[in-house]
Amino acid sequence: MTARVGIVLFPGSNRDIDAVNALRVAGAEPVVLWHESVDLEGVSAILIPGGFAYGDYLRAGVIARFSPVMRAVAAFAEAGGPVLGICNGFQVLAEAKLVPGALLRNRGLRFVCREVALLPEHLDTPFTRELGVRRPLRMPVAHGEGCYYADDATLDALEREGGVLWRYANPDGSVAGPDDPGNPNGSLRGIAGVRNAAGNVAGLMPHPETAVEAILGSDDGLGIIRSLVVSAAEYAATGAVSGTTTRALAGGAA
Amino acid sequence: MTTAEVPLHRVLGLTDEELDAIREKLSREPNALELAMFSVMWSEHCSYKSSRPLLKTLPTKGKDVVAGVGEQAGVIAIGDGLAVAFKIESHNHPSAVEPYQGAATGVGGILRDVFAMGARPIAVLDALRFGDPADPRTRHLVDGVVRGVGGYGNCVGVPTVGGELVFDPSYQGNPLVNVMAIGLLEDGMLTRASADGPGNLVVLYGSATGRDGIGGASVLASATFGDQDPSKRPSVQVGDPFAEKLLIEATLELIARQLVVSIQDLGAAGITCATCETADRGGTGMLVDLDAIPRREPGLEPFEVMISESQERMVAIVEPAQWEAVREVCNRWELPVAVIGRVTVEPDVVVLTTPDGSGALDAEGRPVAGAVELARIPAPALASEAIVFNRESRAPARRRPAPAPGSPAEAVDALPVRGQDPGAVLTALLGSPNLSSRRPVFEQYDHNVQANTVAGPGRGAAVLRVKGTTKALVATTDGNASVSKIDPWLGAALSVAEAARNVSITGARPLGVTNCLNYGDPTRPEAFWALAEGVRGLADACVALGLPVTGGNVSLYNEAPGSAIAPTPEIGIVGLLDDVSTRVGPAFRADGNAVVLVGQPGGGLAGSEYARLAGAAVEDGPPTLDLELEARLQTFIREAIARGLVESCQDVSGGGLAVALAEMCIWGGRGAQLRLRVGDSPAVGLFGESPSRLVCEVVPRHVPAFGLLALHHGIHTEALGSTGGPRLVIELAGEGATGAAEERGSRIADALEAVVDDLRHAWEHGLPRALGWEGDDDPDGAALPGLEVAG
Repeated sequence: MTARVGIVLFPGSNRDIDAVNALRVAGAEPVVLWHESVDLEGVSAILIPGGFAYGDYLRAGVIARFSPVMRAVAAFAEAGGPVLGICNGFQVLAEAKLVPGALLRNRGLRFVCREVALLPEHLDTPFTRELGVRRPLRMPVAHGEGCYYADDATLDALEREGGVLWRYANPDGSVAGPDDPGNPNGSLRGIAGVRNAAGNVAGLMPHPETAVEAILGSDDGLGIIRSLVVSAAEYAATGAVSGTTTRALAGGAA
Repeated sequence: MTTAEVPLHRVLGLTDEELDAIREKLSREPNALELAMFSVMWSEHCSYKSSRPLLKTLPTKGKDVVAGVGEQAGVIAIGDGLAVAFKIESHNHPSAVEPYQGAATGVGGILRDVFAMGARPIAVLDALRFGDPADPRTRHLVDGVVRGVGGYGNCVGVPTVGGELVFDPSYQGNPLVNVMAIGLLEDGMLTRASADGPGNLVVLYGSATGRDGIGGASVLASATFGDQDPSKRPSVQVGDPFAEKLLIEATLELIARQLVVSIQDLGAAGITCATCETADRGGTGMLVDLDAIPRREPGLEPFEVMISESQERMVAIVEPAQWEAVREVCNRWELPVAVIGRVTVEPDVVVLTTPDGSGALDAEGRPVAGAVELARIPAPALASEAIVFNRESRAPARRRPAPAPGSPAEAVDALPVRGQDPGAVLTALLGSPNLSSRRPVFEQYDHNVQANTVAGPGRGAAVLRVKGTTKALVATTDGNASVSKIDPWLGAALSVAEAARNVSITGARPLGVTNCLNYGDPTRPEAFWALAEGVRGLADACVALGLPVTGGNVSLYNEAPGSAIAPTPEIGIVGLLDDVSTRVGPAFRADGNAVVLVGQPGGGLAGSEYARLAGAAVEDGPPTLDLELEARLQTFIREAIARGLVESCQDVSGGGLAVALAEMCIWGGRGAQLRLRVGDSPAVGLFGESPSRLVCEVVPRHVPAFGLLALHHGIHTEALGSTGGPRLVIELAGEGATGAAEERGSRIADALEAVVDDLRHAWEHGLPRALGWEGDDDPDGAALPGLEVAG
C-alpha cells in the first residue's frame, strides 16, 4: 500500500512543490493539509515544508505554530507519528517546542543558498533508516535564519541521547564547526538537524526534498525522504515506528 | 497639488504641447483628476511615446508565438500542451532612490505580469549594473538591490537562476535593475487582459490601496535625476512578497477554475492603467466606483487612489454569476477583494463617487442618485491612442567610423599597468569586478526552490527542467553596453547574438526575445539616436537569427547630473531543450579530450574587458559581427550537441578566449595544454571579444565528425590541444608570437601559463574584494571538490 504523507501548507509555504515532487519520487502519496484544518486526513507521516509561513516578518515560524493545523500535528506527534520539518518547517517545529533548540539569523547576516555536505549521525532513526551507509550527503541549503542554537547543557544532552541527526561537514569530511567553511550559517557544533527526545519528530535546515533526482545535481536527499516514507508505512501498519520511544496511543491523532 | 507660479499640468510632468493634445482628445479643458490620469498614462514609462515608432520595426511573428507584444508578457508554445511566458522589465529609478524596495518591487511587478497571463512563475533572472564598486554609494546600492531581489524572490518561492552584475563608471549616478521573469502555462490557462462583456464586474483584489508610489511612472521613471532628491522617495513603492505569494496562488486558482474573463496586474499608474488598458483592449469602457476601492488609510484624495502604485494588486473582469466564487477564493487566500466597477459599451473610463463615500454604483452597476462624476476619459486616449512623438535623432559628432577590416589595432596589446606576463593578465582579468565569480551575490538568492533547477546561476545560461516531460527551458540575459557606447547598433546586435549563443551552446533552440532598452533622455537628439540605432541592431539580429520579439520594456531618461549611462540593451532569451539529458555545460569533463576552437577572431579590443583593465583607447577597433555567420554557428553547435559530439562548450565573450578557457578549467577542476595561432596582436588573440566563437571539448574519436559537421556548415575549426594537468598552458604561435611581437614593442610573452588553482583563487575572491565584502564570508566556504555534476 502506498504510504500517505501529509504536507502542511501555510500561506507562504513554497517548498511544498519540492516536497510533493520528492514524495512522489519516493513512491508515497502526498496529501496537502491546509493550515486552517485540524483534519489530518488519515496520513501516517507529516512533512512541514520550507518557505516563509505567514511571511515570517516577525520571526521565522513564530506565527505558524499557532495555526489550527499545528494543534493537530502536535497531537499526531504525541501519538508517536513521524513528523519531519524542513527549513521553515524546522523553524516552526522549534518555535512549537516539538524539537529542542532555536534557529537564529545566519552568522553572515545574509540569506545563503548553496550546496552543503550533510553528515548523518545515526542510521537507525525514522529519518535516516534508508541511508544505508554513513557518508556525506550533498544537498542545498536556502535560508536566512538557520543558525542552530541551544545552551551548552541542552547540546550536551542532545549529543548524549542521540538527538543530533545531521551535522554540516567540511570538504575533508570532518564536522564543520561554526567558523568552518562547510558550515553555512554558524550553527553550534555543526548541527544541521535534530530530533525530539522520543525520536519521532525531527527537523533540519538543508533541503533533502530538493535533492532527489540526479538531474537536479544530487539525489542524496532521497534516502531521508524514503526513510520518512518507510516510517509512515510502518506507522500505518503497526501504530508505532521503530527507533522511537513514544508509546503509541490508541486513536492517537485528532 | 500646485503652486502659484507653475501650472498644474507641468507639476504633473506634462508639457504644454501635451496639454493641448489632451484638450483636443477631450474637446474640453481637463479637470485636475483627469490631468493626473493623463500624466501617468502619457508618461514615457506607460505610453512609450518616444519609442513606439521605433518598436514597430521589430519582428514579432513566430509560428509558436501565442501572445506577443502588447500583452502583459510574451507567450510561446513548447509542446506537450505547455507554453512559456516571459518578460523583462526595468526598475532603475526606484532602485536608485531606495535600493531594497526598488529592486524588490521590480521582482514583484514582473512576476505579476507573468502570472496575470495564467503562468506559474518558475524563474527570475536579474541584470544589475552599477558604478565604481569601490565607491561607498555603489556598495550601498549593490547591497540593497541584492537584498531586495533576494528578499522578494526567496519569499515568494521563485528561484533566481541567472542574470548579470556589471560595473561601469557610466552607471555611477543611475544604476540599472532589470528583472526577467519566466512562467509555465498549462493548456487552457492563457488569460488576456481585455475587458470583454459589458455588464461584467470589475474586481480589484490583493492589497489595499495606499499612498505609496504616487506618480512613480511619471515622476521616477520618466525624468532624469537631480543631484540629491529625497523628495522622490515617497514615489517608491513598498513590496510585500507574502501578499504576492498569496496573489499568485489566488490568481492561478481563479484562472484554473475559469472564474474570470480576464486579469491584469496593477503596476505603473495603478488603477488608472489597469482600467483604461483592459477597456481599450476590449473595445469597451468602465464605470469605476471610487468609494468601493479598499484603502490602507483614510483621507486619500481621488487622484491618489486612481494613480497609487501600491503593490500586490490585480484587476479581474468577472461575470456577475461568478462573483461569489471569486470572493470565496480571495477570502480563503486572505486577500481583500471588492467590486469596483462595471464594464460598459460606451468606451469611456468614468470615475464616480458619492459625497458620503457610500458607493456610487447600485447592485446592477448603475450610478446611484447623487453620484458625482469625477472624470470621464475615452479609454483609447489613455492607452493605444496616447500621444506619440517623433523625436529628433542625431549621431554624435565625436563618433569615429569603425576602422577598415584588417587594419591593425594599434598599441592595444601593451599592458602598461599589469606588466608583461599574459598569465598575470589573465589572473587579473579573472579577478576583475566584471569577470570574477558572482557567487557572493547569487548565494543570497534561492536558486533551486520548486525543484527544477538543472543549472543555476554563475555558469552561462540557466537550465530548468519541465516536470512531467523530458524537456527543459534554458534562459539567459545579456547586454553589451561597452560596445553600445562606441556603436549602439553593434552593441544591440551583439547582445542578441550573445544571448542566443548562450542558449544554443547548451543544445537548446532559442524561442524568442524579450528586451529592456535602457537609454538616455530621448529629447536629446544624440540619446535618441542611440536608442534608434539600438532598436535597429535588435531588429537586424532578431531577423538574422529567426527570433520573434515577444515583449519588453523601454527605460529612458537614465541620466544623472554630468553623466548619461552607456546605452544598455538588455536582452532576455528563453530556449527549449527537447531532451534535458542531452544538455551540455561549460566545464571541462575529462582529461585527454580535444579542445577545439570554433570560429575565427576579428576586430580589435575596443569595448573589451581587457581594454577596461589596460586603459587602451576604446574607440579603436570594436569587434566585428557577421550575423549570417552567427546564425550558421548556432545551428552548427545545436546540431553537434544533438549528435552527442560535444562534451562541454563555452562561448568566447567577456575577457576573450583566454577567460573562456580559464573558466572551463576552473569549473572542470582540470587544466589544458594548448597552442594558439595569433595574428598581429597576441592580446587580440587571447583577450579580444569578437563574437561567433566557441570553445568545445570533444572526445578524440569524435573530432573528425565534429570537424566535418563544421565544414558542412561553413564554420572554421581549429584544434588547440587537449585537456588535463593542473595548469592552463597556451603556447602562442604564428606571426604575432615571440620575436615578431617583440619587434613591434609588444610586451606579451610567447606563452600563457597559469596554475588552475591560482586562477580559481583570483576568480573567487575578485568580487568580494572589489565590494569590500572580503571577510564577511569565506568565499572558499562551499568549494567542495567534485560537487559539480557535469552534463
